[in-house]
Amino acid sequence: MDNAALKERILGLVPDAEYQENKQFLTFIIPPAKMYDLAVKLKNEADLAFDFLFCLTGVDMVKFLEVVYHLESTTHHHQIELKVRTEDRENGAVDTVCDIWRTAEFLEREVFDLLGIRFSNHPDLRRIFLEDGWVGHPLRKDYVDEVNIVEF
Amino acid sequence: MKEIINLPVKNVEEEEYHINMGPQHPSTHGVLRLVVSLQGEIVKSLKPHCGYIHRGIEKMCEKDTYPQIIHLTDRMDYLSAHINNHAVCMLVEKALEVEVPERVTYIRTIIDELNRIASHQLWWCSFGMDMGGLTCFFYGLRDREKILDIFEESFGSRLLHSYYTPGGLMMDIHPDFQKNVKAFIKYFRKKIKDYDDLLTGNIIMQLRTKGVGILTKEDAISYGVTGPSGRASGFACDVRKHHPYGVYDKTEFKEILGTKGDTFERYMMRMHEMLESMKIIEQLIDNIPAGDYKAKMKAVIKLPAGEYFQRVEAARGELGVYVVSDGNKSPYRMKFRSPNFSNLSVLDHISRGCKIADLVAIGGSLDYVIPDIDR
Repeated sequence: MDNAALKERILGLVPDAEYQENKQFLTFIIPPAKMYDLAVKLKNEADLAFDFLFCLTGVDMVKFLEVVYHLESTTHHHQIELKVRTEDRENGAVDTVCDIWRTAEFLEREVFDLLGIRFSNHPDLRRIFLEDGWVGHPLRKDYVDEVNIVEF
Repeated sequence: MKEIINLPVKNVEEEEYHINMGPQHPSTHGVLRLVVSLQGEIVKSLKPHCGYIHRGIEKMCEKDTYPQIIHLTDRMDYLSAHINNHAVCMLVEKALEVEVPERVTYIRTIIDELNRIASHQLWWCSFGMDMGGLTCFFYGLRDREKILDIFEESFGSRLLHSYYTPGGLMMDIHPDFQKNVKAFIKYFRKKIKDYDDLLTGNIIMQLRTKGVGILTKEDAISYGVTGPSGRASGFACDVRKHHPYGVYDKTEFKEILGTKGDTFERYMMRMHEMLESMKIIEQLIDNIPAGDYKAKMKAVIKLPAGEYFQRVEAARGELGVYVVSDGNKSPYRMKFRSPNFSNLSVLDHISRGCKIADLVAIGGSLDYVIPDIDR
């Protein structure tokens, strides 16, 4: 499937997804409530078959927190990028995809640890790098740490 | 005395108990703690605890310029330092649409492959040592030394090189580089036979690795296990083949895939890969074009606002670099998709039901570099 057909296909699955211009990947902003259902379809439908989640990360865009998924199909070799946004900085939560792509279990723990985005239904959502009593999430833009971070 | 004798003795074969492997255990090859649930000596489940060497590299990147970031990437997977540098350099070049001289792409590809061989040699010697063969350790380090000497001659450092810069190389290669690389290939082709004689054909090693820690292709894809470990399960994930960079598209090499996905197959993948890397180097070493060793770059590198992703095949799997830029000289957000982190996530899944001694072999065959997990 070429990129134009793939774009139509995904916008057909989630009509209220927003297409974003990007040089490298087809990028879609998905409403948080639709993400899990879309992920199931992306993995299981034969013409899509996105079975390899090669990157999952988060970005603090100040106005909102964003989770970014990079997906590839090992059969069709097409790639897409999905973004899910949440504006709630305190309790913002996104549905976990770790039962669809098992690699997401650790990657989501990393995003939770460093950016403080929660993943609902995650089996083991604990901090992965920092110690359990750590206060705050270092990769947020408003994170202040007078002790450890040296300003350049 | 009688009372003591009559105390109920718990049957350790039936009761589940936990032991800590690490953070200072020789077989974890760094500071990684594995909390292993055991019943007798059978592994029931396992929880990795990471973060002992977390330095916040992604946070530091948000304050650093792109040439500075290259020095940080050396310190993630220090055994494939060049390949990590390559990822960041290519990302910057792609974002700025800079055409690097052909000489640079050739030299980078050759050095990446030398780096891959050196990394696999160190893996081989430490894997042998994990299995109890100390001779392997000396053989592997002896041959790796030859590559480090070539590196030292050309750019002065042996482990953390930071040799690539955005747009080219820090300096040109040494005049003897080609001669020495060819001498090394000739030397190592003979020596790799010793590796097979010493360890591959060893019956104890085969009995300990065959059929142990089986990873199916579906699980390898789902867990994102890339590199030789993923290919042992039949997952065609070689970035050099599927998303070529450097001059890999001009060279002929095989992407070797396994079928069984056990520890022995993962071992064999790396042995084959060393031969393939030598093949790539042989095709390129006599054809390095003359020319500049770097392209003209601005003194201050600022990426246009937007997001960029670059994938490369590091020695342990796919390294992805994701950058969100807001047009400043430092990235707004930088993420390293490190191969070891995803490879670690599968350890619990494949070691269930194995003996505790097999865990050492499985861990060795997945080839962790802890600073790359923790970043």
